[in-house]
Amino acid sequence: MARWGVCCVIPASFKYAAPGSVLEAIDLLRTNEDAKVLAGGHSLLPLMKLRLANPPVLVDINRIPGLDYIREDPAMGRLRVGALVRHIEFERSELIHRRYPMLAETAGGIGDPLVRNRGTMAGAVAHADPAADWPAALLALDADVVATGSAGERVIPLRELYIAILTTSLRSDELLTEIRIPMPATRSGGAYEKLERKVGDYAVIGVGAYVTLDESGRVVQAGIGLCNAGSTSIKATAAEAFLLGKPAAADNINEAARLAMEASDPVEDDRGPVDYKRAMVRELTRRALRRAFDRAEGGTPR
Amino acid sequence: MSVEPQATCTVTLRVNGTEFTSAVEARLLLVHFIRENLDLTGTHIGCDTSNCGACTVLLNGEAVKSCTLLTIQADGGEVETVEGLEQNSVLHALQEGFFQEHGLQCGFCTPGMLMSAKALLAANPSPTEAEIRRGISGNLCRCTGYVNIVKAIQYGAATLRGETAVGTQAPSTKELSQSHA
Repeated sequence: MARWGVCCVIPASFKYAAPGSVLEAIDLLRTNEDAKVLAGGHSLLPLMKLRLANPPVLVDINRIPGLDYIREDPAMGRLRVGALVRHIEFERSELIHRRYPMLAETAGGIGDPLVRNRGTMAGAVAHADPAADWPAALLALDADVVATGSAGERVIPLRELYIAILTTSLRSDELLTEIRIPMPATRSGGAYEKLERKVGDYAVIGVGAYVTLDESGRVVQAGIGLCNAGSTSIKATAAEAFLLGKPAAADNINEAARLAMEASDPVEDDRGPVDYKRAMVRELTRRALRRAFDRAEGGTPR
Repeated sequence: MSVEPQATCTVTLRVNGTEFTSAVEARLLLVHFIRENLDLTGTHIGCDTSNCGACTVLLNGEAVKSCTLLTIQADGGEVETVEGLEQNSVLHALQEGFFQEHGLQCGFCTPGMLMSAKALLAANPSPTEAEIRRGISGNLCRCTGYVNIVKAIQYGAATLRGETAVGTQAPSTKELSQSHA
């Protein structure tokens, strides 16, 4: 990439703090206007190097102990993921492969292995880049996020988090401390499909799909999330609603895929023109749904 | 409030086994610390935009892009660069593999390739070709087409497993140094 003006690819000066607890981090966010949270840094630091982001203060949460957990909480019915869990952990975790294969396959397609060693799920979710894979997968899974701030903790459904590109409903003194993903019901399954030009590139389009079926094979819950298909990550709610009560017939999958395409609003860029991207939303939704149904019907959890 | 944001921080880290303590600007990237403060220029800057992997080093055993990490983030950590591979004038098995299998042409990506390969083999001593290709997929090479890089890593892996690796390209560095003696 070209060097811009006199600026090298070195971040502008900033002040740095590494709090030892969530409370300290929140206090730093509250008392330092425009401070940014540094987790994996693999979205933020590249932006800072290009001076597209110039935060005056970085709050590095990497030294806070106890935020790197992945665990199921049966009482809550949720898989709980701490703010410092890196993408690579979803590829490594036996629990994830066995119970949440959709998360393992989403993680495996993010960036490249070096990025996955550092980047975090929570960081990607909070960064609110519509081209990120995790939000689309997690919208399909109906995940919630936990925001911890001066006023305490609140749980936000992910579908209510995204306001605009790189903009969330998190308050400036709130830290995204946890992601909660519903534990798989019996006869449920999900899949993530990503079309990319090359390793390390953002998705041309990505689609996450997840279904839960009843005894007769009809859909009782459906989730579809779209990556890089608009100015925010998109939850294709019309397609989800259409699938309710229907079996995994090709006609139903095709119509849901068409509705997902209608929900998309991609822009033309060097990854392709609008018509192509919309067609890819439709095709990838088909593929993701087919695999989600297969996994649900096979009794394999998502 | 116990933590006050600072523009300059003191860091202590071990690089290739040697401990360094320095006051650095918070914004100093690890790759610049390694190259400019420590004069270890084996770690390369290829793209500066977190894409190419030429700056790959190991931080606490894990392959990371040192251009996408602040020096302060490595505080208290153990960094290994390409200069740390050779021990007592003997090339690391992976370096020998790159030599034997002609795993480089211009050589610019090689330090990063070596460090990613080292991390890969530490986690998986017997990777398949597909696993090797996936393991180095964050490291771009614009010369070789990767075929010989994969062979070089297979050579290094075999050597590290205690097998006798047979190279296809060159006499071993040991043979060369003997013939030069």
